[in-house]
This record gives sequence, C-alpha cells and structure tokens, in this order.
Amino acid sequence: MAEETAHEGTGKVLVSLEHAKKSFGDAPVLKDISLSVREGEVWGIIGPSGGGKSTLLRCCTLLETLDSGTLRYEDITVAEDNGAGHSVYADKATLAKARQRFGLVFQNFNLFPHYTVLQNIIDAPVSVQKVPKDEAIARAHELLEKMDLAGKEDYVPCDLSGGQQQRVAIARALAMRPDVLFFDEPTSALDPELTKGVLNVIRQLAEEKMTMVIVTHEMTFARDVADHIVFMDAGVVVEEGPAEQVIDHPQHERTRAFLANYGD
Amino acid sequence: MDFGTMLGLMGQGLMLTGQIFVVTLVGALPLGVLVALARMSRFKPLAVIATLYISILRGTPLMLQLMALMFGPYYLFGAQMGADWKFWACDIGFILNYAAYFAEIYRSGIQSIPRGQYEAAQVLGYTRAQTFMKIVLPQVVKRILPAMGNEIITLVKDTSLAFVLGIMEMFTRAQAIAASQVSLVPYAIAAAIYWVCCLIIEFILNRVEKKLDYYHD
Ligand SMILES: Nc1ncnc2c1ncn2[C@@H]1O[C@H](COP(=O)(O)OP(=O)(O)OP(=O)(O)O)[C@@H](O)[C@H]1O
Ligand SMILES: [Mg+2]
Repeated sequence: MAEETAHEGTGKVLVSLEHAKKSFGDAPVLKDISLSVREGEVWGIIGPSGGGKSTLLRCCTLLETLDSGTLRYEDITVAEDNGAGHSVYADKATLAKARQRFGLVFQNFNLFPHYTVLQNIIDAPVSVQKVPKDEAIARAHELLEKMDLAGKEDYVPCDLSGGQQQRVAIARALAMRPDVLFFDEPTSALDPELTKGVLNVIRQLAEEKMTMVIVTHEMTFARDVADHIVFMDAGVVVEEGPAEQVIDHPQHERTRAFLANYGD
Repeated sequence: MDFGTMLGLMGQGLMLTGQIFVVTLVGALPLGVLVALARMSRFKPLAVIATLYISILRGTPLMLQLMALMFGPYYLFGAQMGADWKFWACDIGFILNYAAYFAEIYRSGIQSIPRGQYEAAQVLGYTRAQTFMKIVLPQVVKRILPAMGNEIITLVKDTSLAFVLGIMEMFTRAQAIAASQVSLVPYAIAAAIYWVCCLIIEFILNRVEKKLDYYHD
C-alpha cells in the first residue's frame, strides 16, 4: 500500500475534474465529483447500475455538459466554474483541441458499419488530424497487430465478432494518440469467452503505462489492472483508493454490499 | 394510322415525359434534403414552416397543385403568363411535391441512425459537416434506398399528370391518338412503355442495393 501511495502523485495530472455536478431534469446524477488522473495511472470506476458512472465519463468526454464544476485536460481548461455554481465552457476551438487529448471506448463499440476495419481506424487521423494517409495506414497495421487482428483490415465490422469489434474500437481510439483513454463497460456486451481477449488487450495497455479510466463490472480485472478504484453510488463517490484496498478491504458498508454481489 | 406511326408519335412524347422525370429528380432530391433539415431544425419557426409545407404538399392531390400553379398567377394577380408557363408550372409543381415526399424519407433515414454514431464521431473530433457527409449520409442512403425506389417508380407514372396542363408528353399523346383513332392500342403502348421504364429503374436500383450490400448493421 505504501508503494501504491508512492506511485500515485508522481506523473503530471492529465485530467482533472473538480466538484462536478450534473442533473437530468430534477434528478441529480452527479453530486460533487472530483478526480484527477495522472499520467500512467489506470483508474477503475465501479458501482451499481444508475450510479452515474456513464454520466461521469460522458461529462469527461464532452458528450454531456456539466451543470457546475471544472474540467481540465492538463493545460486546457474545458469548463470552469464561474463562482456562482455554473460551469462555463470554453470556445469551440478549445473544445476541439481538448477532444484530441482523450479517446472513448463505448459499451456497444459504435464502429462505423459502412467502413472497413482499416477505414474505421485511419479515417479520423487522416481527416481530423491531417496525418498523411500512408503514415496512418502503417500505424493502423501496427495497432491491429497489437490487437491480435492482423489480416482483418478489409473486413467490415458486421463480419467480426463482438470481441473483435471492440478491439477495433480500441485501435480506432488509440490511432488518435490520446493522452488518456476512457472505457465505458467495454466488455458488458460480450460473452465471457470474448471478454477475455478485450481485457487482455487493456491489460497490455496498462503494462505500457497507457493512462486509462475504466468503468467496469469485472471486479477481478479492476483489481488487477487498476491502480486506483472509485466506488460510485447514487451520484457520489462513496469510497476510493488503491485497488487492493477498496476491493479487498472496503471500508464502507455500501461498498461491501456491492462487492458481495459481484464477488467473483 | 398504323402501329409504327402511333409508336413514333408517342415516342416523341416520351422525350417530354423523360424530361419531367429528370428535372423533378434533379430538383427534388436536393430540395428534399433542405426541407428535411428545416423540418428537423431546432429553430422552431423553420421546423413549423417545413412541417406545414410537407403536410400540405402530401395532403393535396398533385393534379390540383399543378392546376393551381398553372392558373394561380392569372386568377390571383391577373398575370398573363406566356405560352411556356405550363412547362414551368409542371416542373415547379413536380419538384415541390416530390421534395415533400423525399424530405420525409430523408428524415426517417437520418433519424434511424443510432446516437452512438454521432457520439463516436464527435469524440474522434469530426466536425458536424464531416459527421454528416462521411458517417451519417452514406448509411442513410442505404437505409432509404427501398423507399426512394418506390417514390421514383411512382414518379415515372405520375408524369402522366402533365396531361392536365396540356403538355404533349406521352400519355397526353396516347389519349389524343386513342380518341381520334377510336382505338385502345395507344393505351396499350403507353402501358408497355411505362412498364419498361420502371423495369429499367428497378434493375438499376437492384444493382445499387447489391453494391451497398457489403455491410449490414
Ligand atoms: N440522457 C439522460 N436523460 C435523463 N436521465 C438520464 C440520462 N442519462 C442518464 N440518466 C439517468 O442518470 C442516472 C445515472 O445513469 P448512468 O448511465 O450514468 O449510470 P451508470 O452508473 O452508468 O449505470 P449502468 O451501470 O447501468 O451503466 C440514471 O438514473 C439514469 O436513468
Ligand atoms: Mg453506464
């Protein structure tokens, strides 16, 4: 545990969220959430359904806007609290710049069905980042190799298994060279057999010190791969800390009850 | 009048029929996109106007719309339109009417694209225009192809409505020859020509559908 604490707090902070609040209508979904993810860290976010995990990721990835709170990507201030409890978002150009800092892997992949695997991976680097096409293709081959998908370049997503599609989605996100990669339950749409391959890829990324924030229901995986675990319930962080501590020795009754249900 | 003469006369009308068909598609396919976008606009007045437009053009007979365009300028404003006006009235009428139908097909297609596609594109940094052109539109085309095929085939036959404006397209000629010769043959010829045109269009649509069959979602 001393080692964990030593590890936390070294790298520079890549994402920081302070006092984030978000409601849908009258229903508060995030109630004052703060987190700061440092370079090379892997964060696991766990918690019961409806607790606000997806909403948290969606706020971080600009798919939802915060009601109040501050969101920064390193030197880029995406949204800042105006002091009166309201988030003020930066201009379009700044948001576009911030989007280049992160990637997001969805629960249901969201690959572009009309594009081949290769097109899915190279199109955004080429048409958004203006990377030369041959460079993007070379990088795509490399990533596919790593995802254990070499030779699948010309397949369309519908001809791949769910696990393969999710690995393509991870390659697509990595092709943009993000500083931090978010995952929203990357394996919950997959059979146990296919889950393994995806989790292995994420494990490998963790070994390479890719900074990641992963919402997951796979407790063993979270414990293994995450440095830091956040347990969220009903829009609040109930408990957080080093993975082994939170999962093996939860301090709070709600965490214990939750983990008892997911004991795997 | 022998069969060959009839066929020749009607063949001349086919040119006009084809012209109405092509002009309508060239005008209504893009206009439909604009109407669909207006209909889905977050700017309420625009959406209301587009909704009303679609409702009226789909809710009244095309024949009536053509007549209104043909005679409206004179009865409303006393304007004397030239001899060419009937051709303008015909083209404008067809374009406005078909744009309304196309708009609804586009809208249903656009709205059937899952949110996740937009979200994935947004996270990857695509602009809204890129998202629409590269991600949404190609998928919409595949989804709406059967419905568009239906409309296009209907249009082939609807061109005969130009008859009410006295435009000498194929059907008008068939009608005239049938009356003067007291014969059903011109109608049979017309039916055969419409059918063959539709067969050709069906063939082309099938080819396009096959081409887009490389993926499903
Ligand atoms: N767009 C939305 N509009 C209204 N309510 C929403 C919206 N998105 C989420 N919610 C609500 O916010 C709450 C939190 O949802 P969220 O999806 O963030 O939970 P979660 O922790 O990801 O759950 P799960 O484990 O089921 O994915 C839920 O009560 C949900 O119904
Ligand atoms: Mg969720």
